[in-house]
Amino acid sequence: MYRYDEFDREFVNARVAQFRDQVERRLSGELTEEQFRPLRLMNGVYLQLHAYMLRIAVPYGTLSPRQLRMLAHIARKYDKGYGHFTTRQNIQFNWPALADIPDILADLASVEMHALQTSGNCIRNVTADHFAGAAADEVADPRPYAEILRQWSSVHPEFSYLPRKFKIAVTGAARDRAAIQTHDIGLHLKKNADGELGFAVYVGGGQGRTPIVAKKIRDFLPEADLLSYTTAIMRVYNLYGRRDNKYKARIKILVHETGTEEFARQVEAEWAELSDTALKLPEADIRAIETYFTPPDLPARPEGDDAVRQARLDSRSFSEWLDQNVVTHRHPDYAAVTISLKGIGETPGDASAAQMEAVADIAEAYAFDELRVSHEQNLILPHVARADLRAVYDALVGIGLATANSNLITDIIACPGLDYCALANARSIPVAQAISRRFADLERQRDIGELKLKISGCINACGHHHVGHIGILGVEKKGAELYQVTLGGSGDENTSIGEIVGRGFGPDEITDAIETVVDTYLGLRLGRDEKFLDAYRRVGAAPFKEALYGAESKAA
Amino acid sequence: MKVLTGNRLIDGEAIWYSPVGWIETLAGADVAADKAAEERLEAIGRQAFADNFALDIELIDVQIVDGEIVPLRLRERIRAAGPTTRTDLGKQAAHAARAG
Repeated sequence: MYRYDEFDREFVNARVAQFRDQVERRLSGELTEEQFRPLRLMNGVYLQLHAYMLRIAVPYGTLSPRQLRMLAHIARKYDKGYGHFTTRQNIQFNWPALADIPDILADLASVEMHALQTSGNCIRNVTADHFAGAAADEVADPRPYAEILRQWSSVHPEFSYLPRKFKIAVTGAARDRAAIQTHDIGLHLKKNADGELGFAVYVGGGQGRTPIVAKKIRDFLPEADLLSYTTAIMRVYNLYGRRDNKYKARIKILVHETGTEEFARQVEAEWAELSDTALKLPEADIRAIETYFTPPDLPARPEGDDAVRQARLDSRSFSEWLDQNVVTHRHPDYAAVTISLKGIGETPGDASAAQMEAVADIAEAYAFDELRVSHEQNLILPHVARADLRAVYDALVGIGLATANSNLITDIIACPGLDYCALANARSIPVAQAISRRFADLERQRDIGELKLKISGCINACGHHHVGHIGILGVEKKGAELYQVTLGGSGDENTSIGEIVGRGFGPDEITDAIETVVDTYLGLRLGRDEKFLDAYRRVGAAPFKEALYGAESKAA
Repeated sequence: MKVLTGNRLIDGEAIWYSPVGWIETLAGADVAADKAAEERLEAIGRQAFADNFALDIELIDVQIVDGEIVPLRLRERIRAAGPTTRTDLGKQAAHAARAG
């Protein structure tokens, strides 16, 4: 993984010292809240319902065991013993004192981590496929490019006061596991006919109150042009993006209002001035960054097949976990493992300090010191020898993290919602927990098959409800929580925005409503091979409306 | 009826204004029953903000139920208690510990 050089170290340490000074000046009254707020936000510090919240960047979701142990240490020493992994592959702590945050940032810097640009109207943590470097279907590892973007965008003076926040995601496979079409810029790393690396460039995707699928403005951008072209996009946005209305300030609105063709023309015109400048990436620099992401040397472990076969015979639960949470690796003797942070009835994305430490131990013992955070709020061991899968499974059972539900209905994305978040209108976590308990039976979940259920507690859509096969949006109506259901969303290479199915449901009704949707699907699917999303795309909303609202839906 | 609430600058702790000053529980908060009392609390809030003691200060609607102050909005009830999914955390944790 990427290691800080002397410049990075000095840069991050300088930012820690700067923020320490800013906090001291705020606490002494030298800085007003108005002056301090943008400074704390740029360091990931929010004020939530109960306390401050600190959001720490996990660049492109890649973590080392040493870093995960430090996060556990922070959870214990400064927080309340747990952390929450987010849909931007970051981690949040919900209870830090402002006065402690400079020390937390210093601890983070000691393991090459920071909280820069996890908030504010700047370029946020660049996300990437959580199976990067391991996936069998990958053209190339997207993370070197994400790292180049991170270095370029960190405290970039021109792009630190954008009209609104800006999110970039990179995938290196045709199968999009990074939801690039829901980002301000989505980059699909691929090869052209000559075998050269470059990107299909998507712009103007996003969720929030105006969900829009990104538009492709370039089918192939040579890798050397990554920064010049991205700069051209940013300049057009910075110049013309709306600053008069924060709800219309994202680039998706600009692209929509300008028109994709005209927007692309503006970008190309800007790029014409930039493409042969110092922003052109030298081949040697790209390859140098790439070496940081050289996959570990994976020795042949051909005994894996026999070991897995035997372990399957020994343990049904291992076999179920293997089927659900283990995916093919580019090396036939290896596999990538999803560690579900979605235990039945648990808070999606939460991990205790003890769990973090135990996962760090497992990564050291069996996974070549590599860990990932997925945007679906799980942890990933990208390289595990198949021969070691049973040992990994047993270790995960020991810490309560062996739930075999990856991509099933209980693998729910949920934002913190009104239990923590100052912006939320309704709770998300209890809804996720109730649905998880209702569908706890694994046999039933497997019969239902792949089903991505995503819950947001407000229209900002941190829980990605717009792209859930089933999405749930919590709103406040007449002082009470109400949950709107959307169907047919998807955040992959065939991205679609879910459609609102009808009137909302109260907290006591929503689990039943979801069960009705699922039962309706089971009743109409053509067979087990027809997934929920495929069935929805075939039949549309009508049968689901009928099941949920009966005569009421016909009247409407 | 309204009470004055905010978050303490130094640690973000949710706090309410009471006759003895700012306290960490909703119970015991100073309840304003008329416009004049609300204005008095608002002035106290402005001063707390100006003194860099607290932020996100606002008057919230409450009612008295069985002698206890209960906010009208769920958001404020959760602020006063803690996450509904983690009763071991937030203000409610101290209640639970005392009850236990």
